[in-house]
Amino acid sequence: MAKANVSLSGKDILDLASMSVEEYELVMQTAMEMKKIMKRDIKKVPSLRGKSIINLFYEASTRTRTSFELAGKYLGADVVNITTAGSSVTKGECLRDTILTVQAMACDAIVMRHPVEGSSAYAAGISDAVVINAGDGAHAHPTQGLLDMFTIREKGRDFKNLKMAIVGDILYSRVARSNIAAWTKLGADVHVAGPATLIPHDIEKLGVTVHQRVEEAIEGADVVDILRIQLERQKSGLFPTPREYARIFGINEQKLKLAKPDVIVLHPGPMNRGLEISWEVGYCDNAAIRDEVQNGVAVRMALLFLTLTGGKKIENID
Amino acid sequence: MRTLIKNGRVVDPSQNLDAKMDLLIEGGVVKMLAAAIDEAADEVFDADGLVIAPGLIDVHTHLREPGLEAKEDIITGTMAAAAGGVTTIACMPNTKPVVDSSILVSGIKDRSSSEGYVNVEVVGAITKGLGGKELAEMGDMAQKGAMAFSDDGSFVSSSRIFTLAAQYISSFDKILISHSIDPELDSDGFMHEGAVSARIGVPGVPAIAEDIAVARDILVAEYTKTHIHIAHVASKGAFELIRQAKKRGVPVTCEVTVHHLTLTDEACAGYDTATRVSPPLRSIEHVEAARIALKDGTVDAIVTDHAPHAPEEKDVEFRYAPCGFCGLETSLGIILTELYHTKLFTINEIIGKMSTEPANIFSLKAGSLKVGMPADITIMDLNKEWVVDSVKFYTRGKLTPFEGRACKGKAVATMVAGKFVMRDGVVCAR
Repeated sequence: MAKANVSLSGKDILDLASMSVEEYELVMQTAMEMKKIMKRDIKKVPSLRGKSIINLFYEASTRTRTSFELAGKYLGADVVNITTAGSSVTKGECLRDTILTVQAMACDAIVMRHPVEGSSAYAAGISDAVVINAGDGAHAHPTQGLLDMFTIREKGRDFKNLKMAIVGDILYSRVARSNIAAWTKLGADVHVAGPATLIPHDIEKLGVTVHQRVEEAIEGADVVDILRIQLERQKSGLFPTPREYARIFGINEQKLKLAKPDVIVLHPGPMNRGLEISWEVGYCDNAAIRDEVQNGVAVRMALLFLTLTGGKKIENID
Repeated sequence: MRTLIKNGRVVDPSQNLDAKMDLLIEGGVVKMLAAAIDEAADEVFDADGLVIAPGLIDVHTHLREPGLEAKEDIITGTMAAAAGGVTTIACMPNTKPVVDSSILVSGIKDRSSSEGYVNVEVVGAITKGLGGKELAEMGDMAQKGAMAFSDDGSFVSSSRIFTLAAQYISSFDKILISHSIDPELDSDGFMHEGAVSARIGVPGVPAIAEDIAVARDILVAEYTKTHIHIAHVASKGAFELIRQAKKRGVPVTCEVTVHHLTLTDEACAGYDTATRVSPPLRSIEHVEAARIALKDGTVDAIVTDHAPHAPEEKDVEFRYAPCGFCGLETSLGIILTELYHTKLFTINEIIGKMSTEPANIFSLKAGSLKVGMPADITIMDLNKEWVVDSVKFYTRGKLTPFEGRACKGKAVATMVAGKFVMRDGVVCAR
């Protein structure tokens, strides 16, 4: 249970490494309430009425941006989307001035996605509004980590001693770093695997076990988190061909049989079907990929609610 | 003008000297050095409790003029040097335009002597426009007084061009300074590859990017018998390669920066752009290797790689920030604090690496207080306590990873050619 004195009111959400287990718990409990709202016929409550949220996206996004937008709207906030194409960023406006500009319009929260690691911390240092990191380079994607956490818990699993396998592009993955930070903190046994060119040096110092063969990581796993191969990086030759990747490192039904029968398959999306994940695995009964998307809205509602109200007006939900 | 510096502790590695002595300066040179001098002088400087050293020499700086004056210029850069107790600096050629012709060498030297506060030596480019393709007119530049040649900021990737440069420059008795980092490996990342980069997600560059390039440069030095000086060495493997090369008599020397001796990649964990530099700040094992190499003579000189940038250039996301930061006003204080007061190095060793040895490598008429030498003198208070505050810097590019650092030890007066250019931290009017 969340301790009564835990609060995220006014806090920036930058990464999961700097959040406590109690804060995770608060988000999980609040997200359960939020998920109930999502199931209602009329999915709207006034909890964040009068609050304004700016989605500031320097990178492409479908699910993260849309779910933040819907999360804000379901809670009654005004939500504005800024994508860099079509904004003053194309005129060369720097991040400091962009943050100062949106802040001057009295926004309460800035949800930011950016290709450079540390940019959300930099923005938080400038902004008086709450900054929620929606992905900064290869560093962190805390809301993805929290929605994965919610999805695993929703399926009745506790993290203590679970075997978690994260497979694929670890090097460039903010999802991997967020899940490693949270899962190791929650006491899970975390394994990573993929081609050596996509595994960062010294990653074992984060408390994970590294495997050269994905089969070793998957064997007996309770959760398999399959990361997207970022095809845009393939030009730099990190592995020979997509064909070879799919054959040796891609997760298909045969490889998945090595895991526990009730394994939870996660994928942050968008999937490259037939590359890191086979069609069969992508749509199998163990795949929680659509749950992740739905829970993403609930978790983001929870975070917006907790950071912008302090969670004190929970009566407004009902 | 006669100046008498009395009662100071003279530390001069060029004469194996560490004793309480007086120093008489006349006509811009050291006139007399003796236990007690009782001559009339225009000014008597009481250096009781202070160390009198040959002026500090920093063979790796960027003055940014011409063309990049938003970052620094000759006036602000040499003021920073004077403030930091540095009497001679060598400036790198990666300006706009690149210093790849004799007129630019002459221009920088002329402007430095008319506007600058300390001695400025000019490093010319090895290749035209730092392009790495065609040799620049090194002979012409050498004859106009270029100290050495370097494509600093870029590695001369072509082994053919670099070998030709080494062969060619041997006729002029000059040294090549190599920015030894494999550019392809370097282009993949933005910091040192290791536990910190794995944690914070910033793509890392493996230390072998440096080792590979250093190995190539050593082989070229060995083959051509031309003296090659490796700039800003920061990796354990590279120090070992240089150590072995020196043992077998290869004409190679190297330098290490103040920051690679005193900071690790943990400094990058908060994405502070003040910590973004090339080569990157490395893990503790590399810092320890740098200190061992400095101790055992593998390293010949301590430098700053003073590389100022305009504030707006560094006020960006980590990856977008240009590499480098200022160093002239912090180097002595940081080195005294981290290496002298920790008892790792003696004051003799430190002055040797910051003055006498770099002077010897580049055949500069400096780095010594022998009678007849130019009176370039750094007077330091080894116990003065101060805090790094960039607001007080003379350099235009104020961002430093040492901001707020408590230091012990500082230059309290700087003399160039017999004239004080700094006293009590304040640069004197020209």
